[in-house]
Amino acid sequence: MSILVIAEHNNSELNPATLKTLSAAQAIGGDIDVLVAGDGCQAVAEEASKIGGVNKVLCASNAAYGHFLAENLGTLVAELGKGYSHILAPATTTGKNFMPRVAALLDVAQVSDIIAVESADTFKRPIYAGNAIATVQSEDAIKVITVRATAFDAVSAEGGSASVETVDAAHASDKSEFVGEELAQSERPELTAARVVISGGRGMQNGENFHLLEKVADKLGAAVGASRAAVDAGFVPNDYQVGQTGKIVAPELYIAVGISGAIQHLAGMKDSKVIVAINKDEEAPIFQVADYGLVADLFEVLPQLDQSL
Amino acid sequence: MKVLVAVKRVIDYNVKVRVKADQSDVDLANVKMALNPFCEIAVEEAVRLKEKGIAEEVVVVSIGPKAVQEQMRTAMALGADRGIHVETDDLPDSLAVAKLLKGVVEKEQPQLIILGKQAIDSDNNQTGQMLGALTGMPQGTFASKVDVDSNTVSVTREVDGGLQTVKLQLPAIVTTDLRLNEPRYASLPNIMKAKRKPLDTLTPDDLGVAVKRTVKVLKVEAPAERSAGVKVADVAELVEKLKNEAKVI
Ligand SMILES: Cc1cc2nc3c(=O)[nH]c(=O)nc-3n(C[C@H](O)[C@H](O)[C@H](O)COP(=O)(O)OP(=O)(O)OC[C@H]3O[C@@H](n4cnc5c(N)ncnc54)[C@H](O)[C@@H]3O)c2cc1C
Ligand SMILES: Nc1ncnc2c1ncn2[C@@H]1O[C@H](COP(=O)(O)O)[C@@H](O)[C@H]1O
Repeated sequence: MSILVIAEHNNSELNPATLKTLSAAQAIGGDIDVLVAGDGCQAVAEEASKIGGVNKVLCASNAAYGHFLAENLGTLVAELGKGYSHILAPATTTGKNFMPRVAALLDVAQVSDIIAVESADTFKRPIYAGNAIATVQSEDAIKVITVRATAFDAVSAEGGSASVETVDAAHASDKSEFVGEELAQSERPELTAARVVISGGRGMQNGENFHLLEKVADKLGAAVGASRAAVDAGFVPNDYQVGQTGKIVAPELYIAVGISGAIQHLAGMKDSKVIVAINKDEEAPIFQVADYGLVADLFEVLPQLDQSL
Repeated sequence: MKVLVAVKRVIDYNVKVRVKADQSDVDLANVKMALNPFCEIAVEEAVRLKEKGIAEEVVVVSIGPKAVQEQMRTAMALGADRGIHVETDDLPDSLAVAKLLKGVVEKEQPQLIILGKQAIDSDNNQTGQMLGALTGMPQGTFASKVDVDSNTVSVTREVDGGLQTVKLQLPAIVTTDLRLNEPRYASLPNIMKAKRKPLDTLTPDDLGVAVKRTVKVLKVEAPAERSAGVKVADVAELVEKLKNEAKVI
């Protein structure tokens, strides 16, 4: 067995989801190579070479890969991946974007968003917004897999001394072009990696009121998330959305404020270790998954919480 | 310009599915079915392009058993002009769906193909990207804004870090995210009108595609249930419990 793990990074540092994907690769077993594709990403390749258990790092640094466009990355990974039994990437928006292209180019199926490795060809994955867990077996010669990072522990970022090999292939599609991006700037921890997450829903009433959450978040070193309703209403940007079709989080502590607990929201947070729900409606479904429920008006509770921390 | 929209019939998003006792699958008997919400957004976007005079024709395609025609009629009631049903009782996986869609694309030669980003049953999030690879077309996935020009389309994408904009040469593929638009409701006259819109049926054979599955489902289980915890009386009790009982703060 030989596994190619596609590193997620921003051309200057590795995203922790990569370490968790490597953990899934180790559970499959076999030689593990890591591909770092980007632009000016040599430092990331160095970082990857120090991860314990990595056999070899492939570094493809080219302007074509700078923004991780699926057309270019998909072609590169399909070409490099041919000799492997498994190709793994984190199920982030980047992984979700290019990996199915890799699978189609290799004429194999993709197994999306795995949460457990049963054996080298058998995996568990959530379906129907996490209301069922399927065990699936792939007969494909090359298994193309995206990994739900929250379901795996990170491997150690140290202890390895893999060689770094340069890949020259430049696949630059003339059909797709990066125009620009608006990336959220925040001093707070990243949502999917935070130890504590506090999320607001429609009950927050407007974007201004999210300051009440942010105050508490700052005291707890927490990331701030939101329900779809809060994003749709424009209270906060799209990258705050937690849920079936947003981000999946599994922090030590998740605090849901003014969120009713629709199945699509629960799908993104119900694997959190401890869940707190603050809602004025005692019938709200969120209380069915909460370890600690507080039936109260959030506008009274949040300032008190801020005071008492 | 012709726009092709791929739509899937799925369980209604309000329904909480149950796993069958024999763990072979989820129980879909007598469950309310609907147009996949992301496909509804795809249809709406295509219809708006037509209303703006950018698209001349909106064609919907769906792959599956006869029953999918119900959701195709819904799409036509929302404004699609005609439908192509690729009939199969096998359950094609995303790769097979993408191959069948490629066959339809070759026949119809659309300039823009819109799909949902994800079917809410399988939660795969694969088909649009696979179709892109098979046809050699560029893709704008998880779209929250689509601007069509004469030869290009600009797509603003919802990504983990925020928003990214790409410019694609037509023909191109777009997959929809939640913020792209708010789908309209079909009016009664439009529902009646949709019944008379043309709907052609093809088979996988007509498209030269063999539907096979290489990923087998061995078992479907219910997830570990969380038990509801306790209600606390006030903030003081909450903080005390988080500190001393759960030890998370
Ligand atoms: C295809 C699809 C995908 C989806 N994906 C997602 C997803 O990824 N993530 C997601 O979150 N949703 C998703 N949804 C939407 C989901 O179905 C719900 O509509 C949404 O989660 C509701 O958000 P909410 O709980 O904030 O709002 P509501 O359901 O309106 O709940 C607001 C809650 O706030 C409480 N409240 C109001 N005022 C106060 C107050 N002063 N003090 C205390 N409590 C108060 C109310 O009692 C209520 O329970 C999706 C839906 C579809 C169809
Ligand atoms: N059987 C199908 N028929 C038509 N379109 C489909 C079918 N399955 C998936 N799609 C399209 O592909 C999108 C993504 O589905 P998936 O990749 O399965 O999550 C859906 O929103 C549809 O637009």
